[in-house]
Amino acid sequence: MSQQIAHVSYLKLEPKPHLVANECVSCGARFFDRRNACAGCFATEFRTVDVPTDGEVTSFTIVALAAPGIPVPFVAATVKCGGTSVRGNIINVDPTPDKVKLGMKVKLATFSMGADDDGLEAIGFGFEPA
Amino acid sequence: MATDDIWILGISMTKFGKHTDKDIVDLGADAAMAALRDAGVSMRDIGLLAAGNLMGSGGFGQQLQKQIGQTGIPVYNVSNACATGATALRTAIMAVKSGEVKMGLAVGAEKLAGAGLLGGGGQAKSAGKKWEPKGRYGAVAPTDGRIGTDTMPGTFAQVGMEYGHKYGEVSFETFARISEKNHAHSVLNPLAAYQKRFTLEEIMGDMMIAYPNTRPMCSANCDGAAAAVVTSGEVLRTLSPDQQRRAIKVSASVLTTDPYQEACQILPDVNTLTRNAAKIAYEQAGVSPSDLDLVELHDCFATAELVHYDNLMLCPEGGAVDFLMSGAPWRDGKTPVNVSGGLQSKGHPISATGIANIWEVCHHLRGEAGDRQIANAKIGLAHVIGLGSACGIHILEKAA
Repeated sequence: MSQQIAHVSYLKLEPKPHLVANECVSCGARFFDRRNACAGCFATEFRTVDVPTDGEVTSFTIVALAAPGIPVPFVAATVKCGGTSVRGNIINVDPTPDKVKLGMKVKLATFSMGADDDGLEAIGFGFEPA
Repeated sequence: MATDDIWILGISMTKFGKHTDKDIVDLGADAAMAALRDAGVSMRDIGLLAAGNLMGSGGFGQQLQKQIGQTGIPVYNVSNACATGATALRTAIMAVKSGEVKMGLAVGAEKLAGAGLLGGGGQAKSAGKKWEPKGRYGAVAPTDGRIGTDTMPGTFAQVGMEYGHKYGEVSFETFARISEKNHAHSVLNPLAAYQKRFTLEEIMGDMMIAYPNTRPMCSANCDGAAAAVVTSGEVLRTLSPDQQRRAIKVSASVLTTDPYQEACQILPDVNTLTRNAAKIAYEQAGVSPSDLDLVELHDCFATAELVHYDNLMLCPEGGAVDFLMSGAPWRDGKTPVNVSGGLQSKGHPISATGIANIWEVCHHLRGEAGDRQIANAKIGLAHVIGLGSACGIHILEKAA
């Protein structure tokens, strides 16, 4: 099996694909990127927590015009996973307003982004209808 | 007039559109000199220049001085996304308010015609590919398009759809009705980049950019500049009756940023900072939303205008759709919104926008708005959002 790397460091591929967040130990605010201090309470201690893989679409758009090289149309969305809001594309669904709905239940899904020159395969994530 | 009140003594905007024969400094100079003429003062009277420009080479304020007058005064070059113009104005206001200067000049100028899609980073080249984690997300490849969208039309589309999720679904047609209104309003504005009325069907049938925003539902990239001269009540008292009659009182001047809330790392929260700024502004001015004779708000996309009806408290919470469908924001409605045509048809030369919206309000309060005059306008509000985010709100009142 070829080696794999996650598209972003907050996507964990093992044991099963899931997202993790940096949670402020003091106030519980969650961040997907590296933070110097908590934007909510200014504390500086964080712990890594798992984010549920099931969620509900709280907003979306169907992008028809994007920068060169980005395949369109695609569905960009915000998904509430437990108490954590996550940004991701809705995949494995027709990108039309008939098929994508506010409030629809979705679950995390991964896809291959291809291999680099060293044979390392990047794995991306999105959400698909549950 | 109280000595510590702040007044707009002169204000101007250039025609918005494509200025192929003018560079950014030409546009800024046109606006600045027109504002000085309008104020009846010269660069010799100005104690501070606040200059806003985003897409140029930097040092815009000093470049501008070389063309309008190098008097040795301090220049503040400001940059605050789409709130840049309002930030420049607020900088001049703070300087006057502090008593450090008697008069300040704020200028915002941008060349944006033909700029195309803003905000999308695009994909890395695939040749010589190596997956290496970079940046704060440890991303091995750009995230735009793979993990949501960075484009402005897509971001603000989600802002509007989020409102629908929270308060009850908003249809594509409802959002399109906002653009129908703004394009209809622009027909009366000779300085607008576009003065073309569209039917609802034309708007909905146009090229889709990011559902539910079609092309005419997006702000128009264009060139333009705007400028304002501000002074204190103490100084205004010493000026001519005509200057005093035409001066417009700045009853509130507020700038906020987005406070932390749970989802703001996922989708910019343009609501909380606007609502916060509005609350402070209404309190500063001692007016309520029902007192407003007109509002110029940041309709960078149709989906954005809807949420700001609510954020500016022009309607009860959750009532933005009812407010729109009642006809209230049309120029003959209860609270006319974007009678200039708004960013969708007047245009959005980023750094000019936050002064141009104030020019529009002042124009009505002075009774100089010609065919599009809102009769007996006495109080108006101007609002801008710069994504990232910054919100500027000014409440303006006719001289008593």
